[in-house]
Amino acid sequence: MKKRLALGTTFALVLALVGGSATPLQADPPEVVIGSILPLTGGLATTGRGLKLAQELARDLINGHISYPVTMVGGYGLPHLGHARLKIVFADSQGNPDQAKTVAEQLITQDHVVALLGCYASAQTATASQVAERYGIPFLNPDSSFPNLTERGFKWFFRQTPHDGTFSANLFQFLSDITKQKNAKVRRVALVSENTLFGTGAADAEEAEAKKYSYDLALRMPYAANASEVQSEVQKVKAANADVIFQASYLNDALLFMKTYKQQRLNVQGILAQDAGFIDPNFVKNLGKDADYVLTRDVFSLNIKHRNKGVPLINELFKQRSGGNNLDGNTARDFTAVTVIADAIDRAGSTKPAAIAKALRETKIDGKRTIVPWRGIKFDEKGQNTLGNGIIEQIQGGAYETVWPFDVATKPAIWPMPAWDKR
Amino acid sequence: MDVGPLPQLVVSGILTGLLFALISVGLTLIFGVMDVVNFAHGEFLMLAMYATFGATLIGINPILAVPVVAIVMFFLGAVVYRVLIRRLLAGPPSAVVFGTFGLLVFLQGAAQYLFTSDYRSIPNLPFQGTLHFGAVNLGEAQLVAGLGALLMTALVFAFVEYTEPGRALRALSEDRVAAQLMGIDVQGMNALAFGLGIACVGAAGALLMLTYQAYPRIGTEFALTAFVVVALGGFGSVQGALVGALLVGLVEVLGGFYISPALKMIPVYLLYLLVVLVRPQGLLGRR
Repeated sequence: MKKRLALGTTFALVLALVGGSATPLQADPPEVVIGSILPLTGGLATTGRGLKLAQELARDLINGHISYPVTMVGGYGLPHLGHARLKIVFADSQGNPDQAKTVAEQLITQDHVVALLGCYASAQTATASQVAERYGIPFLNPDSSFPNLTERGFKWFFRQTPHDGTFSANLFQFLSDITKQKNAKVRRVALVSENTLFGTGAADAEEAEAKKYSYDLALRMPYAANASEVQSEVQKVKAANADVIFQASYLNDALLFMKTYKQQRLNVQGILAQDAGFIDPNFVKNLGKDADYVLTRDVFSLNIKHRNKGVPLINELFKQRSGGNNLDGNTARDFTAVTVIADAIDRAGSTKPAAIAKALRETKIDGKRTIVPWRGIKFDEKGQNTLGNGIIEQIQGGAYETVWPFDVATKPAIWPMPAWDKR
Repeated sequence: MDVGPLPQLVVSGILTGLLFALISVGLTLIFGVMDVVNFAHGEFLMLAMYATFGATLIGINPILAVPVVAIVMFFLGAVVYRVLIRRLLAGPPSAVVFGTFGLLVFLQGAAQYLFTSDYRSIPNLPFQGTLHFGAVNLGEAQLVAGLGALLMTALVFAFVEYTEPGRALRALSEDRVAAQLMGIDVQGMNALAFGLGIACVGAAGALLMLTYQAYPRIGTEFALTAFVVVALGGFGSVQGALVGALLVGLVEVLGGFYISPALKMIPVYLLYLLVVLVRPQGLLGRR
């Protein structure tokens, strides 16, 4: 298999050389082919198509099709590979783990890709990366946050995004930082979470963090997200007499809880949310000024003091292609992944999977050179990026303002949140 | 003795129950008069919520929107009866089940297409305050919605009990053939009952907008509860729907607090099972 791949690459190189000598024009540069598995049809198709656009934009920047100096790689392809152009073969997972596995196999055996990207949804990333592991092809995951993906002992799997555990840790780091800064006393925390995989995972991580910071766990309350009212839920929170609420909710339940908190005049120092319903555009639209002061973690924001001054420009380029959509946490991470894999292939100076994996393991990219709000990209032995972090936003005047990490904040955090009767 | 949050829970349970009552009254009315289980009932609730949202967009006060929406929904109900339900009634009994279920799917899909899946809340809602009675907090909007639901339920009850068309409706639900022999216009009365039932759920939808947000799939969240309420209270009984709804509201809120929020529907369904086993016709049902 590897032999065939090497043969194929050589063949392509020879072809390119022959082509070059036959014509006075500049030779077509060689191509490096990577595969990308995305949910391009099915329920996740809207997201998947955005991710494809983001990856294509990164590819075109790397290949020099758009003249914008990307600091990630040399420009005009991969300099250490004779300015080879990066080619991405896209495959559709249909939002289905089995299909993701099938197309991973096809990309490796038929398209002879030298590395794989994918797959957005954690369930599909899990199956597709199994195939890559079996064939010994590096698999770089841009955007799946299920923590266990990097706990499988895989040698060829790399995840650049922080996972759900990191995000929960960030919420507590923020809490610790802000209470120190404002000289506030927080002892009792209440964990409110919807009772499926998302909420349960979040609450597990939060409980562990609360223990680490020795807060009192005043309440851990799982609830059913499809509830038509949350009266008893809110009474339980009230009875817990907590200083801070950590909340993991989808949109409808997030709205219900907020309305009922207000109705029951439940006042706490802060509500710290796990994105989801709290970052949906409908959240502020439906609650108006009652959405103010809520804090939520997020993976990305344009409303941030950018470490990389190129972000607004890249966002403009993306908007041109996406019909006016701004970069978001997902598209920004997928854009980044293409630059990370290109950087690794370039440093490897080779299209051999083992060389690329080795280069990935030696990746050391400063946060300033990415468009994401991370300290950087550096993989540990499990393949997890150790320099990733989320950001904390606070809704102020209906807008999501970045308030943490403090060095990228656009506004100082307002803490504690004002009581309902004092707004 | 410190009763803790009990008074608050009881009040919240009653207010929740009152809204359930108004949603369920329409369902039970339609069933009582023409033996039709309207599976699309929740979707009419959804339509009414969007209608209320639309009305407030053009500047109508949400409270004034309640009767307006109820009247519009009455005519919509009558039209749906004439166009669809009447034909279904002429077919085998399963036709009504599949027909109204089809209507559910259609209305949900249409709403998704026309209104998108975005959530809509009325901007600058009135009644944003909260009244304090000792340890009990009462959201004004919640109170207005609950009282409005109680008033509407009482109106429907009075109409069915004390007016001539109301008597005709009751006659139909008691004995169809005899009522027909007495010269009652069955088609007209059916249209009236269906319109009235949809008007009730329409008013409920309008009141619900005071505390809730509209989206295409909201109907299903409330429809299941409405079916439990109707079965609990007795199919076809307006008073039964009120009693059943208050019970469901109370059990849901108390169960949620004292057992577990994630399991709060379990006591409700247990209660329902118990009533169905011991008194299959429901608490206040006949037959």
